[in-house]
Amino acid sequence: MTDTIRQIISDEGRLAADISTLDDDANLYDAGLTSHASVNLMLALEDSFDIEFPDEMLRKQTFESVAAIRAALEELTAASLSQR
Amino acid sequence: MSALPTNPDSFDDKPPPALGNIAALAAKIGVEAAGPAAADVDRNARFPVEAIDALRRERMLSVLVPQSLGGAGASIVEVAAAVEALGQHCASTAMVYAMHQIQVHCAVRHGDSAALQSYLRELTAGELLLASATTEIGIGGDVRSSGCALEVSGDRFHLEKQAPVISYGAYSDGILATARANAASPANDQVLALCRRGNTTLAEISGWDTLGFRGTCSLGYALAADGPADEVLTDPFADIAARTMLPTSHIVWSSVWLGIATAAVGSARQYIRATARKTPGSPPPGAVRLAELVTTLHEFRALVHGAARRYEERADDAAELNGMGFAIAMNSLKLSSSAFVIDIVTRAMSVIGISAYREDSPYSMSRLLRDAHGAPLMINNDRIAGHNAQMLLVHKGE
Repeated sequence: MTDTIRQIISDEGRLAADISTLDDDANLYDAGLTSHASVNLMLALEDSFDIEFPDEMLRKQTFESVAAIRAALEELTAASLSQR
Repeated sequence: MSALPTNPDSFDDKPPPALGNIAALAAKIGVEAAGPAAADVDRNARFPVEAIDALRRERMLSVLVPQSLGGAGASIVEVAAAVEALGQHCASTAMVYAMHQIQVHCAVRHGDSAALQSYLRELTAGELLLASATTEIGIGGDVRSSGCALEVSGDRFHLEKQAPVISYGAYSDGILATARANAASPANDQVLALCRRGNTTLAEISGWDTLGFRGTCSLGYALAADGPADEVLTDPFADIAARTMLPTSHIVWSSVWLGIATAAVGSARQYIRATARKTPGSPPPGAVRLAELVTTLHEFRALVHGAARRYEERADDAAELNGMGFAIAMNSLKLSSSAFVIDIVTRAMSVIGISAYREDSPYSMSRLLRDAHGAPLMINNDRIAGHNAQMLLVHKGE
C-alpha cells in the first residue's frame, strides 16, 4: 500500500522535493503539496483504492504525510470490508 | 370505502419522534424504504406502501400534532425538512407525506372542537393517513369554489362530491373534503369536512397514468360520506385556505421539488467525481457546469427554507397570514420553485450527458425529469400567476 501511495504522490503531488527523499512521516505540505494538487491526489487515491473519502476526512491532516494517508485508507478499506 | 382493511394497529406504545430528529428519521426511511422501492413504485404507478408503513412505524405521520394530544409538536420547518429528505429518494413518497401533512396541519390549526381534538388523538395513536378532496368536477381547479354542499340534519352531515383527483384516496384513513356550508350557500362559502374511512364510499371515476408522481395514485372518485356534524372543521374554509392550506401546500410541495433537485445534483456530482478520478489534473468538461448548477441549487434551497421560516415566524399572526402580501409571497414561492426544479434537473442531465438520458444507467434522469415536470401543473402556474396579477393591481407592499 505504501508503495502505491508513494507512486500516486509522485504522479499527482507536484512536490518541490522528490518523494523518495521523504520519510513516511514527513509533512507533504511543507514539501510543496498545494491544495489544488491535493485534490488530484485524492481523486487518484480514490480511483486506485476504489474508495471514497467521506467529507469528514477531507481535512488537511488526512493528507499531510504518507503515514496519514495510509492510516485513512486502512480505515476506509476496513470499513468497506466489514460492510460486505 | 374499499376492499382494503382499516388500519388496525395502534402505535402509541412508542414515543413520538424527538424534535430535531425528524428530518434525520425521514432521511433514514428514504435510504432504507423509499429509495429501494422508488423505481418499482414509478414503473407500476403503485402506492409506496413500504415507505408509508415505515413512516407509520416511526410515528412520522402525526409529528405536526401537538404534544398535548400525543404528537411530536413539530414545526412546519421540521416537516418541510423531512419532506425534502424523502424527496431525494422517492418523490411520490415525499408528495404523499407532504399532502398528508397539509391536511393534518389544517386539522391541528382549525379543529378547535372537542370532537376534532379527540380525532387528532385518534390520528396520532393510529398514525392515520389523511387525504384531501378539494377540487371538483365542473368547478375546474379553483379550490376556493365548491358546487357540492353539506346536507346537515340533526347532528349528522351527508356529502356527495365528484372529485377529479383524490391522491392516495384508496389508501387513506380519512379525507378532508371541501363543500359549500349548506345548500343555500354561494360557491365560495365553504367548509372542510372530515370524511372517515368507515363512513365514506369511493367509486372510481378516473385512473392515474401520468408522466410523473405515479405513486401518488391520484385517481378520481365519486365520494359519498356521512359523519358527525362536529367533525366539520370549525373555521370557514376561506380562513383555513389563507392561513394554513395555501402556505403549507406551497412550502411542502416546494420541499418535494427541492428534494428532487438535490437528488439530480447529487447524481451529477457522483458522475463528475467518477470521471475526475480517471483523469486527475484535468477536470472533466462538465465540472464547471456542475459548479454553476450547485450555485442554483443553493439559491433554490435558500428560497424554500426562507419561506418555511417566514411562515413559522408568523404562524399565529392571522392578520398577516390573511393579507395579500403573504399570499403573493407564497404564490411566488410556488412559481419560482416549480421553475427551479425543472431547470436544475435538466441541467444536471446535461452535466452527465448520455448516461443521464439512458433509462438503463445508474445516472438515469428519467424519473426525476418526469416528476419535475409535474411541478408547474399541479395547481397550474398560470392560475397562480393570474391570482398574483390580480392582487398586485391593488397591493402596495413589497
